[in-house]
Order: sequence, then structure tokens, then C-alpha cells
Amino acid sequence: MSESVIASQRGIDVAALQRVHFDRDAPLLEVDDLHVEFHTRDGTAKAVNGVSFTLHEGETLGILGESGCGKSVTAQAIMGILDIPPARVAGGKILFRGVDLQKMEEKTRRHIRANKIAMIFQDALSALNPVFTVGWQLGEIYRKHTEASRSQAKAKAVELLDLVGIPAAKERVNSFPHQFSGGMRQRVMIAMALALEPDIIIADEPTTALDVTVQAQVMKLLSDLQQDYRMGLILITHDMAVMADVADKICVMYAGNAVEQADVHQIYSRPAHPYSKGLLESIPRVDMKGQELAAIKGLPPVLVDPPPGCPFHPRCTFARERCQEEKPELYDVPGDRRSACFFWEEVISS
Amino acid sequence: MGRYLIRRLLQFIPVLLGALFLLHYMTVVGIQISGDPVRALFGDNPPPESVLAAMRADYGLDNPCLDRRFDPCVAMFVERLGQYATGDFGIDLRQGRPITEHLGERFPTTMRLALIAVVFETVLGIALGVLAGLRKDRFVDNLVRASTVLLIAFPVFIIGTLIQVYVGVKLGNWIRGQDSMPDWFGQMFTVTYSADYPWLSLILPGLVLGAFSLAAIARLTRTSVIENLRADYVRTAKAKGMPGTRVVGVHTLRNSLIPVVTYIGFDIGNLMAGAVVTEGIFGVPGIGQFVFQGTQNKDAGIVVGTVTILVLVYLIFNLVVDLLYAVLDPRIRYD
Amino acid sequence: MTDPHSLEGILSKGEPGGSEPGPAAKERSRSLTADAIYELVRNPVFWVAGTLVVIVLTMAVVPGLWANQDPNVSAECDIQLAQRSPSWDRPFGYTTQGCSMWGAVVYGTRNSVFVAIAGTAAIAVIAITLGVIAGFYGRWIDSVLSRITDIFFGLPFILGAIILLTILTTRTVWTISAVITVFLWPQMTRIMRGATIATKQRDFVDAARAVGASNFRIIRKHIIPNSLAPVIVIGTINLGQLIAIESTLTFLGIGFQPPTVSWGLLIQAGAGPALGGTTHLLWIPCAFVVIATLSFILLGDVLRDALDPRMR
Ligand SMILES: Nc1ncnc2c1ncn2[C@@H]1O[C@H](COP(=O)(O)OP(=O)(O)OP(=O)(O)O)[C@@H](O)[C@H]1O
Ligand code: SF4
Ligand SMILES: [Mg+2]
Repeated sequence: MSESVIASQRGIDVAALQRVHFDRDAPLLEVDDLHVEFHTRDGTAKAVNGVSFTLHEGETLGILGESGCGKSVTAQAIMGILDIPPARVAGGKILFRGVDLQKMEEKTRRHIRANKIAMIFQDALSALNPVFTVGWQLGEIYRKHTEASRSQAKAKAVELLDLVGIPAAKERVNSFPHQFSGGMRQRVMIAMALALEPDIIIADEPTTALDVTVQAQVMKLLSDLQQDYRMGLILITHDMAVMADVADKICVMYAGNAVEQADVHQIYSRPAHPYSKGLLESIPRVDMKGQELAAIKGLPPVLVDPPPGCPFHPRCTFARERCQEEKPELYDVPGDRRSACFFWEEVISS
Repeated sequence: MGRYLIRRLLQFIPVLLGALFLLHYMTVVGIQISGDPVRALFGDNPPPESVLAAMRADYGLDNPCLDRRFDPCVAMFVERLGQYATGDFGIDLRQGRPITEHLGERFPTTMRLALIAVVFETVLGIALGVLAGLRKDRFVDNLVRASTVLLIAFPVFIIGTLIQVYVGVKLGNWIRGQDSMPDWFGQMFTVTYSADYPWLSLILPGLVLGAFSLAAIARLTRTSVIENLRADYVRTAKAKGMPGTRVVGVHTLRNSLIPVVTYIGFDIGNLMAGAVVTEGIFGVPGIGQFVFQGTQNKDAGIVVGTVTILVLVYLIFNLVVDLLYAVLDPRIRYD
Repeated sequence: MTDPHSLEGILSKGEPGGSEPGPAAKERSRSLTADAIYELVRNPVFWVAGTLVVIVLTMAVVPGLWANQDPNVSAECDIQLAQRSPSWDRPFGYTTQGCSMWGAVVYGTRNSVFVAIAGTAAIAVIAITLGVIAGFYGRWIDSVLSRITDIFFGLPFILGAIILLTILTTRTVWTISAVITVFLWPQMTRIMRGATIATKQRDFVDAARAVGASNFRIIRKHIIPNSLAPVIVIGTINLGQLIAIESTLTFLGIGFQPPTVSWGLLIQAGAGPALGGTTHLLWIPCAFVVIATLSFILLGDVLRDALDPRMR
């Protein structure tokens, strides 16, 4: 029996992705007017409310915003790992190299995960399964996406651990997650994402749980690897300094809406939306859950019952009467950037 | 693992001694309050005092500390420990045979009964719990939740007597009356234990015995599956592109079973108590029935000796389960 | 995590727990108690279980309200009528003693319920005292108490009760509840200890300490009121559990003794004849035990759902 026959008997359809016609010329990832809702007891929460962006090879897109603004939900929608229900993708398109992932059959789409788009989570201790060795958890990817045997998978796992700079990888491969330090665990997460050399990595607050010195090491590893493999990276972080360092362009989210999109230098020097401006003035810390930001009074709106007009108007220092009635669309701003504020010119020049 | 093992063993010794002392203390306080059990054995027409005194001496009940209320009788306890160490758990008060001899004869029957109960409760309990957990708040889940609460409200002796009447007698008689049914089939719905069918006639008592724990296991599994489905590592498994069956079957289930295993250790205590009732009702000649008869005949020798052994078995079993727990959960093993 | 060692733990649903309350939760103005009452009155299970509990309690206190054939009065019973099956004018039939079955179960309620109440009350007093002391003062008191509860957990409850009750010759409401208390106090004590430790770490306890409140005052004003919810929930579930336990012990011949009237004794007396076909002798008292147990358990369960803010 050939290996591929054995593999298909194990329910692995290795060739699944080869039957999909990806458009090599299309952008790596296009998210178009994405809407995600949660059905809760208190009503429908619009966690993501019309987010669009494009990601190209080797590019890093940063997503910024307060806690609860829908960053992780956006990431999980792209991965296709939202819990449905309570979540529901209520609209929009997610195109990977021109192919609509939403229309793909689940058994094909699961190969997109890890093969094409991989994800790194915030808290590696809880994101790794406590009862299996890291080698097993890495090897599993090879065993379920390729025809690798157990021993081949394990050998690959050792290589990966080596690649992300874990000393004595041969021995460590048999250790359990809780036996690693925080930084090392996050390296394991990165290794896991890299296993099948995906085209896109989504890193959701990859360094938040780590010490400052370790944060820098892990971030450096991640961006080095991104350069080496020319991957697209979507980086979600509250750390504005890291963001400025790593990101090429930035999407600022507020209460499920994309409120500003621009080149990193433009945003950091001349924000075109009052919310981005407030965020930048709140440096260094914007990651305190449920607490007010230094430069923006008040808290984000309740998602089941957002205010009419511009969702930001209750907290906005630029707000006028118009803002309470009409919701601003995402206006084009010179310099290939966009802002969801009627008065962006005023904001830029302030 | 080694360190965990040693620590667990070190904890085991005081608990073991403490539990044995507690049993001893209960016994002596009972005697100090109610008078000695030899007397109680004969009810209204006791033999002459000289005979009683001789019997008391035989059973070591002539110790003066037994006359002082709430005296812990430590010397007696130490002496008892010595006897336990040599495998002497006393004799029954009527025939004067060693308890261990009785238990040796009765052990295989009880083992068969326990096996049926454990297989039934774990297999069905885990299956129902997983099903309900995966379909949370849907029809199956509501059904499992409602029926398990109901089952928990039924004490074993009530399930036992009701099943005996309605399944054993009513349904059983009807089945045994059908010519088309094979003889062995009717034995599965038996009213009492029959030595000719050492397994089949234990099926009904086994289901009765496992009923409460079935409900408990189903509920614990359900809760634990629901908790684990929300766990970050389950999301990671999805993000790694694992098929849905594997996300549930490997990543969720493995972790969900850890609390269930701890419960099963604790459950052995339930099963022992339940066996007293179940074997009593169905006339199963096992260890439970022995205790049942002991309580009915007020034979303190049987009750104290057997319960002591059962407690030892319970403690040792729990030790084993704790070690198994460490095998299942590496966080404990490598602590 | 749920505690599989108590019925309360087995019943727990392990719902949401940590899911972030977010800004929405902060805007809720209703207080916890008001919220709990609101939850309760909307829940039909609360009404059904609550009504049954009230019925059971009144049967225990004033049985004359529900039945006028007191089986303790020999004139009310006629041995000629023994085991007579239910009929139109006696829908519950007669007992093995020839008393009205309805009268017997109604008058038998008292013994079961009194054991349950006395046992639960004693357990609650011990649990609150020891649990609060161990949880609040910690250190060696806590370790000693933990070791002691470990020992009690090493002893399967019914087995321990069997030893003590086989040897004790007088078995009244008080001895039976005392034996139950002796073996069941550790469960609730452990839970109280946990609740105390949790409350102790809350901000308002630090605040009280900062303004110079004494330990005793902190315990009385903050720890106990805040740990009351679990006591009420577990206590209610315990009532149901103790009714089941009492009837089990009586059935085994080590609880109440004839001529007392109790559910366990009725079942014990009815089990034999029921095999011969007079099934009402068995199922009627069984139904009472199960319904009473179930009502208390369900009531405890809905109380927990309403009182536990985590559930919302
Ligand atoms: N399982 C869920 N059920 C109901 N609502 C949810 C659920 N998960 C997320 N939400 C809602 O979606 C919104 C966005 O959540 P998300 O996790 O994307 O925030 P985030 O931007 O990643 O915040 P953080 O910086 O804290 O990670 C939240 O406000 C929350 O109300
Ligand atoms: S539209 Fe109005 S409220 Fe919204 S950000 Fe601009 S100025 Fe503020
Ligand atoms: Mg997030």
C-alpha cells in the first residue's frame, strides 16, 4: 500500500488544496466588509462591523484598538475558528489569493489552516494542551496535514524547535508545556504556526503574557522569520512601540468598526481620526481592560446597543451635532489612507 | 513522578491510621453508650451472666476502658492495629468464624456485581455526558440533565425494590412465560440471585447499583466537556486545522476525563455502601449482603470487621486512582 | 472546578465562569439579591419545587392538616383491612398494619424531615464555625482541620454510619441526626472554608481592615454574609440528601424502629408483600421519599443558579 493510500484511509486528503485554483496574482489576503455577530441573552452584539483590509506578501498589518473592540474576533473569523453559535459571520468576504474562504468546504478549509494561514495566540500556557508533549502537538500537524509517519513527524518537530531557538530540542521535544518558561512556550507556539510554512501568520497579542526582555526576543524571532519566509503577518498588539517597530500599515478598530487605515509613519506622526490620536496620546499603556485611557474619557459602547451616529461621538473631543445622527463612512484621505471621521482634515492639522 | 509518589504515600499513612482510629473510636463510643454488643445479640432472653462474661473475654470486650464514656481506649486501638497487621479482623459473633474467611467466599460474587456496575456507569455515563456536553442546551442535553437529577433523587434501595417488583417480577414473569424466549434471557430479569447464572442474574442488581453513579458521571463529564470545549487549547487545535472529530475526540475528551477518573475513585465508597443495600435486596451472597445481615442481626463482629476491611480497600483504591490521575495529568506528575 | 465529592458539586453546571463581563455588566444597576429574586420568580422549577417543599414541611409540622387518620392511634387502624388495595374512597389503600396509607405517609413525614432539618442545621453550624475559622486564620488551624477532614473523607459515609448505628441501641431522631452529622460535616466545612478564603481576598475586607475593624467584626459583617449563599444552596440540597439517607438507614434496619411511623419503615414493610403483588405498599411511600428528595434538590439547584453571580 502506498503512503498516500494509507493517508487517505486516515481521513487525510493531502491533495485537497491542490484542487483549489489560487490566483497567484491576487493579494495574499483580502478582507472585505466583514461582519461578525454574537447572539447573547442581552441581544445581538455586533463584534465586527464592516472591516476591510488587504495584506500582501512580506507585509505586516497591525491591528490596534482597545480591549473588546473586535480584534481577536476578526482574527478568528479569518481563521474560521469562531464558535458558531454564538458567533455568526453576518456578511463580507475573506479572500485568500482570490479564493473566497467562506465558500470553501470545511474539509478543504481545514487544510488552509496551518498550510496557508496559521495563528499564534496570546497565552501559550493555556493555548497549548497540557496533557500532551510539545513534540506530539507539533508532530500532529504533520500527521494530519501530510503523509508523515509518527517518527517523521517527531523529527520535524525537533527541527522546528531548533529553528525557533529552543536549546536541546532533541530532549525538549518530549517535555510538556508547563515545563517550559513563558518565553520558550511562546517560541513553541511560533514553531507550531511555522510548521507548514504558511503564507500568512496571524499573531494575536503574541507577547502580552511575557516579561519585557523576553517580549523583545520573541518579537525579533517572529519578524526575522517573517522576513526569511516572506510571509504576510497580521499583528495584534497593545504595545504601540512594538507596533511602530514592526508594522508596515495599521488598521485602527473601534467598537467593531475600522476607523482608520494608514501607513504606520502617517498614523504615528499625523493621525486622521480622533480615536487614533487619543490612542497615541495614551502611550505607553493601552491594555488595561475596563479602564479609561489617559487621553480618552469614558469607555467603549455596549456592542448590543451602540449609540446612533458615529460610534465614537460620546467620547470624542471633535464631535459636533452631525456626529450624533449620521454615521461617517470610511473616507479616502490623501496619501492612500482612510478615516471614518467627518472632520479628518481638522484632526490631521490639529 | 517519584516525588509525587512519595508525597502521596506519606499523606496516605496518616489518613489510613486516622480512618482506622475513627472506626475504632466509633465502635468504642457506641459500646460505651449502649452497652456491649454481646448482650444486644441475645435481645430479651440473655444467657446467664457467666456465659456472657466468657463471651466478652473471647471478643476482647472485657476491657475496663469500655465502661468509661468517650474514653478513646488507645491501648485497645494499638492492640487492634497489631491484629489487623496479621490479617486478623475478628470473628462473627454467632458462628465464631473469622471475618476474612467469610469475605474470601463472598468476594468473587461481589467482584462480578461491582464489575457490571462499573462498566455500566462509566461507559453509559461518559457517553451520555459527552453527548449532552456537545449538544449543550439542546434536546439531548435537557433530557440528560433532567433524567440525571431524577435518578439522583432515587435512593439505591428504592430503585432496587421498585426494579425488583416491576422488572424482576412483573416484566420478568411475562418474559419467562414466553415460550419463544430462551431461558437465559429471562434470567437477566431475575428477582433474586441464582447461582446457576452467576453473571446473568447479576445484571439487574448491577444496573441498580450503578444507577446513582451513572447520573453523577454523566453530569460531571458533561460539565467538564463544556469547560474544555471553551479551553484555549481546543481553539489552538482548530487553528492547526485538525478535523472536528479529532478536536473533540482527542483534545477535548482526554482532558475532560481527568475529573471523571477522580470521581470513580471516590465512587468506590458509594458502590460499597450501595452493595450492602443491593445485595440485601436481591439476595446476592456477596460481601454487601454479609454486612446487610450483620446489621439486621446486630452482629457487631461482622459489621466492624467487614467495614474495616472495606475502608482499607477504599483507601488503597483511592491511592491507586490518585496515581492514575498523575499518569493522566502531566502537570501533577512533574510538579 | 466542580467538586465531585459532594452532591452539590455533581449537580453544578459549570457554566460560563470567566467570560469577560465587559463594560455591559458594569451598567447593570440591579443589586445581586434583587437579581436573584427576579431570576427565581421567573423560573417555573422554583415554583413547583418550592410548593412541594412547603407541602412536605407542613406535613411534618401539622400532619393533621393533611390527613385525619393518625396511624399512631390504634383505633384508626383495623388489622382486617391490612394491605387492602387502593379504592375510590381510599385512593392510597391500607398499610400492612391496616392503617390508612395516606395517613401513614403523611404522619411519617415528620420523622424523615426532622432528621433532615436537625442534621442539616447541626452540619451548617459546625461548617460555618470551623470553615470560617480555618479559612480566616489559616496557618496551623487550617492544616489541622484539613487533615481531619481528609480522614473523614477516607471513610465512606454509609459504612461509617452502619457501624455506629449497629452498635447504638437507642435510635431516635436525635441519635440518627447526630450520626449523620458526625459523618457529613466535613463536606460543607470544606466549602465554607473555600468561600471564606475567597471573601477574605476581596477589596472590601481590606478596606474594613484599613479603618481598624476587628477580626470578629470583619467575620460577622463581611465574611459570614458573603458566604451565606453557598450555605443556603448546599443546606437545601442537603435536606433532600438527608431524607434519602435517613430512609436508607431505616430500610437497612438501623434507623427508626417500629412502632414508629416513617417512610423508610413503610417501604421496608411493603417490599415483601409488593413482590406478591400488593404494589401500593411499596410505590406510595417510595414516591414520597423521591418527591421530597427531588423537591429539595431542585430547589437548591435553582437557588444556586439565582444566587451565583457567575452564572449570569
Ligand atoms: N463568545 C462570545 N460571546 C459573546 N460575545 C463575545 C464572545 N466573544 C467575543 N465577544 C464580543 O466580541 C467583542 C470583541 O471581542 P474580541 O475578543 O475580539 O476583543 P479584542 O479586541 O480581541 O479585545 P482584547 O484586546 O481584550 O483581546 C467583545 O466585546 C465581546 O463582547
Ligand atoms: S465623526 Fe464626529 S464623533 Fe466621530 S470621530 Fe469624527 S468627530 Fe468624532
Ligand atoms: Mg483579543
